[in-house]
Amino acid sequence: MNRGHRHGAGSGCLGTMEVKSKFGAEFRRFSLERSKPGKFEEFYGLLQHVHKIPNVDVLVGYADIHGDLLPINNDDNYHKAVSTANPLLRIFIQKKEEADYSAFGTDTLIKKKNVLTNVLRPDNHRKKPHIVISLPQDFRPVSSIIDVDILPETHRRVRLYKYGTEKPLGFYIRDGASVRVTPHGLEKVPGIFISRLVPGGLAQSTGLLAVNDEVLEVNGIEVSGKSLDQVTDMMIANSRNLIITVRPANQRNNVVRNSRTSGSSGQSTDNSLPSCAPPPEPSLELGEEDSDDDDIVIEDSGEPRQIPRAAPSAESLESLTQVELSFESGQNGFIPANEVSLPPVASGARTEFETSAPDQKLLEEDGTVITL
Amino acid sequence: MMKFRFRRQGADPQREKLKQELFAFHKTVEHGFPNQPSALAFDPELRIMAIGTRSGAVKIYGAPGVEFTGLHRDAATVTQMHFLPGQGRVLTLLDDDSLHLWEIVHHDGCAHLEEALRFQAPSRPGFDGASGLPSLAHITVVLLVAAGDMAALGTEGGSIFFLDVPTLTLLEGQTLGPDEVLRSVPDDYRCGKALGPVESLQGHLRDPTKILIGYSRGLLVIWNQAARCAERIFLGNQQLESVCWERSGHTVVSSHSDGSYAIWAADTSDSPTAQPTVATTPYGPFPCKAINKVLWRTCASGEHFVIFSGGMPRASYGDRHCVSVLQAETLVTLDFTSRVIDFFTVHSTRPEDEFDEPQALAVLLEEELVVLDLQTPGWPAVPAPYLAPLHSSAITCSAHVANVPAKLWARIMSAGEQQNPQPASGASSWPITGGRNLAQEPSQRGLLLTGHEDGTVRFWDASGVALRPLYKLSTAGLFQTDCEHADSLAQAAEDDWPPFRKVGCFDPYSDDPRLGVQKVALCKYTAQMVVAGTAGQVLVLELSDAPAEQAVGVASLDLLQDREGFTWKGHERLSPRLGPLPWPAGFQPRALIQCLPPAAVTAVTLHAEWGLVAFGTSHGFGLFDYLRRSPVLARCTLHPSDSLAMEGPLSRVKSLKKSLRQSFRRIRKSRASGKKRMVAGSKLQEANAQLAEQAGPQDVEVTPVQRRIEPRSADDSLSGVVRCLYFADTFLRDAAHHGPTMWAGTNSGSVFAYALEVPAAAVGSEKRPERAVEAVLGKEVQLMHRAPVVAIAVLDGRGRPLPEPYEASRDLAQAPDMQGGHAVLIASEEQFKVFTLPKVSAKTKFKLTAHEGCRVRKVALATFASVACEDYAETCLACLTNLGDVHVFSVPGLRPQVHYACIRKEDISGIASCVFTRHGQGFYLISPSEFERFSLSARNITEPLCCLDVHWPRDATRVSHRSRESPKLNQANGTPGIILAPQSCDGSPDPICKGADTPEPAEAMLSPMSIDSATSADTTLDTTGDMTVEDVKDFLGSSEESEKNLRNLSEEEARACAILIK
Repeated sequence: MNRGHRHGAGSGCLGTMEVKSKFGAEFRRFSLERSKPGKFEEFYGLLQHVHKIPNVDVLVGYADIHGDLLPINNDDNYHKAVSTANPLLRIFIQKKEEADYSAFGTDTLIKKKNVLTNVLRPDNHRKKPHIVISLPQDFRPVSSIIDVDILPETHRRVRLYKYGTEKPLGFYIRDGASVRVTPHGLEKVPGIFISRLVPGGLAQSTGLLAVNDEVLEVNGIEVSGKSLDQVTDMMIANSRNLIITVRPANQRNNVVRNSRTSGSSGQSTDNSLPSCAPPPEPSLELGEEDSDDDDIVIEDSGEPRQIPRAAPSAESLESLTQVELSFESGQNGFIPANEVSLPPVASGARTEFETSAPDQKLLEEDGTVITL
Repeated sequence: MMKFRFRRQGADPQREKLKQELFAFHKTVEHGFPNQPSALAFDPELRIMAIGTRSGAVKIYGAPGVEFTGLHRDAATVTQMHFLPGQGRVLTLLDDDSLHLWEIVHHDGCAHLEEALRFQAPSRPGFDGASGLPSLAHITVVLLVAAGDMAALGTEGGSIFFLDVPTLTLLEGQTLGPDEVLRSVPDDYRCGKALGPVESLQGHLRDPTKILIGYSRGLLVIWNQAARCAERIFLGNQQLESVCWERSGHTVVSSHSDGSYAIWAADTSDSPTAQPTVATTPYGPFPCKAINKVLWRTCASGEHFVIFSGGMPRASYGDRHCVSVLQAETLVTLDFTSRVIDFFTVHSTRPEDEFDEPQALAVLLEEELVVLDLQTPGWPAVPAPYLAPLHSSAITCSAHVANVPAKLWARIMSAGEQQNPQPASGASSWPITGGRNLAQEPSQRGLLLTGHEDGTVRFWDASGVALRPLYKLSTAGLFQTDCEHADSLAQAAEDDWPPFRKVGCFDPYSDDPRLGVQKVALCKYTAQMVVAGTAGQVLVLELSDAPAEQAVGVASLDLLQDREGFTWKGHERLSPRLGPLPWPAGFQPRALIQCLPPAAVTAVTLHAEWGLVAFGTSHGFGLFDYLRRSPVLARCTLHPSDSLAMEGPLSRVKSLKKSLRQSFRRIRKSRASGKKRMVAGSKLQEANAQLAEQAGPQDVEVTPVQRRIEPRSADDSLSGVVRCLYFADTFLRDAAHHGPTMWAGTNSGSVFAYALEVPAAAVGSEKRPERAVEAVLGKEVQLMHRAPVVAIAVLDGRGRPLPEPYEASRDLAQAPDMQGGHAVLIASEEQFKVFTLPKVSAKTKFKLTAHEGCRVRKVALATFASVACEDYAETCLACLTNLGDVHVFSVPGLRPQVHYACIRKEDISGIASCVFTRHGQGFYLISPSEFERFSLSARNITEPLCCLDVHWPRDATRVSHRSRESPKLNQANGTPGIILAPQSCDGSPDPICKGADTPEPAEAMLSPMSIDSATSADTTLDTTGDMTVEDVKDFLGSSEESEKNLRNLSEEEARACAILIK
């Protein structure tokens, strides 16, 4: 370790802050003026300089006070990182081409170092033997609670991800009456309620929905004034990516918010999202929205391939086919969690995305502009 | 989320204004025959006819195009209707014992029917009822006396009350109780028995003080109301059904429950008369049914008419619905297929004429109106120019063809005339000619095609307000059916007596359900059409002006394509008649294709330019080259695990039919038992109905209905049903070469696109050479949400739908833009999507179900012309949802534009029957016999515009009375100049006049109208409440003038006013 970089750090001067930067197996320590951190570009240059990697594109992350690995890629989150560092700012640097976006928050390296504590599984790493976990892309979420920071605490917005047909969504809804506080006092208004959960179904297995929960919204559309059949149709139409906002019948398990967490970067601390979620969210979103309504096109092409159904027969038909997925974007617009509470991350990841998947980006723009 | 929503709904004021110029929703007119008619009336002075229905509707008809509709607030059965002669007012009696006075009032130059007054008979006479005062409960008959100023009400209790008609108030002290009458009756007739209900009241043409009263027990009394004494008494002993007083007053005819009628001489002096001069039982001697109504009409020739309904021999013909017409020795028993409601004769009613001289007999039946010409020997039926019984056989499908070329129109007309040779006098003999039709000649000819259960296709002139039958095509003759022999046997077995004559065309009995027409398509340029039916038959026909005898080529096409394990358990296919068959002039079959298995055809499309017809069933689809008479393609769409379809859809067909029938029954029941039917203009009613509906489920909270939330899976049954087929000349293979393509969409969200090799037509010829057509599967799109594909359309480079075949090549439409990239619009039940071509990638979409929770039932691309700008029009997607709402979306942007509630969501058959036109109108069945016409376009509106020359005295007292009765109405009537909304008839987008649910229309209208009063300055701005006779005429004349002026104005100017309104 190059001690030379520590020269000013030991002073413990109030105005400076110690930075410990890790790239691969190497550490560098240096100090920064806490009151004048400067711009992100300068800091990025400094890091490249101290690690002697001047021409390598890297991804910069830091450990926040909750132990989450969060990215630094613009002035805002850089300043946030500097201002919350106490006393040490831990920086983690990855090569961009090797970078694993989904690793943010769950890197085995981080876990081993016990630097970052996973809020969902705080004691996992301690007792259990090391489990080889495949890359997070191979995981898929089953359900999530989203938009915690913008919803009243009495409401819960649950997202169910339906893949294939192996597991039914598995719930029923019914008409009912709910009591509302109105200017005229308490009033009974018709509402839609979850009436039954199918054992072993997706809805039951998430544990996020329960019988007698009142359904308030389906994918952002309020259900008040809509009939049971209408709500049924709306849910079925959205069944591949169903987001329902409910008022749980049991209000005791609500997420309790405090100003600290909601003021911070939010999502990973507040949400019981699977730990793989935060930074790579955009990529996941894209994939999911695709599956939401990606229609399959089978086109004729030069080389004979498998034909999904019996070829139409007698006539000299050469239906030569190749399956391709036509990507189009998620335009549902039900990703405000990212859009609202994680702007730096989202934008950072998005620029990244443009380079890696220009087609998808293009389509996403199309979709957003036109359909929303 | 919020962000996105704002962006989508951002209200651009310019766009909002444009939307108002393009879109407006009106229900304009009801075509067809009123469902469940219950009362009939005729005004001989104005020559208009009124029909009342069991749902409380009042419809008044005059000359073709003259129509008025009203609806009673309480949906009770209209039991009687009486015109106040010449006044354009009609008094209706409902079965809840209320009387309503309707009047035809003129606003803005056009006449409308409005309810003016109502009178509810006090159900109880009060506590003094015990004192012997008769009660006004259960009014049985109504008679208007003294030129309609007074009405006599006969009741079940035998009393007669008198009512002042202009105010609808009871005239106290004039009541005539049965006791008073009994005083003049000999004791031995009285013998302690009551007279029974008043069965009939007849006035005298020349002496208004006299009333002929018929009591149920049989007693007839000529009562002098002025002198309050009985002038003549006829002691009938047979239970009375009806009475007719001959115009001279010398003869009285009574009809009785035993099937007899009796003639009494009223000019002899001996009173009381005990015996009639003649009493006959026309269909005796065996017991007969009652003669419900009898009419006696005199002629100058001395041979009077006796016309009566019923009286048939109970045992042998008790189930017949008959009206007998007897003149001297000539008796004709008119044998109808549905119940006789009422009938009247058109005859002279001028008091100075000596004879009735009946011209025509009009019989209202449960399902149709039949008019006979009584002046032509043989009494032929007069074809009705409206009130067509659409449902003479149940309607199974319908289609609309807009902008029919004049040549085809004339050919269809002439084919229709050859079918129904018109009597020499022609249409002029239609006796109901009141009023004037102010509507312009329709700018274009619209043809409505209805397919029926009996295998017929009927062609209707849907250009104007009166839906007129043009031509009837029957496909049954091509097939052998089982029922033919039985029919002819039944005919032969019939006796000569009574002299039955079948009249009318209502025939609900289908020979063979397999004949039912499922889909119809017509090419208006080549006069070729395709008719597809229930047993998988697809018939290609061509219009020919001459009869021909020819054999029809039959081909069958196996849509299963050797699919294993399939057994069809449904009906057999129809066996066609082989050999040359005679065909009358009209559409003659050219080719017959029979699908195997013979399931009902679910989609059909025709491309006359390429000589191709495509058709689909629940098993697959096929493509047939009808020029070469050879199949091109067959494709099975069954999912391997679709077990139901594998077994054959017999059970499904049955259950579908059953459910349809049940829903029809439900509709009928709900109609009969007081439901609210939406009629244009009765906004209040609509609101009430909605309120009632909304309140319902809350009160009955114990509905443990639950719905399972599960996405559609691939192996749903019926997934293979082909929902739509479409031909287009577009880019399928690559962006450089366009060519013929065929598209098919299924119930499970699959879309198949085929590239077709159609031999190109030689230059200058429209016939393509006779080489084989080839089809190559180009693309297959599986919509992820798997919702049924409802429609497919290709949009050209400018985003406009491709024109119909021949439309562009004959310079009738702008040629499509083949330069820019084409796109295909695929509408499924849940969403609309536009994909680019030739590479299929999604461009725009709208997820209707995800947003609104409703499903798409019908879609159509329609052109909406602006009211503000002559040549500005937009092509939009009109969509009817399962909730009965109509939505309009822009194309290809798929942005929602407007939506309107159109059909009640419970009205499943109404929603299923909806058909859109290409210019933003639509039709749907409101009953088995009536199409409601609606328009979404602000410019293209077809609604009754008519006027009627009415004259009736209106004095100040009445007006003040009215204002007390209903202030809103008074305002509406009393300020004609302000109400006058000149543009509303031209389809002004002014939402206040026409559409919206403004609670106070009259108030709200003041401001916009005052702005444009300059344009209507010549229309009397006379705001005084009272109008003398001259005033009315004056008002009429001037407003008519203004009407004409308005029409003469070029449309721009008219629309300029419309802009002012906004």
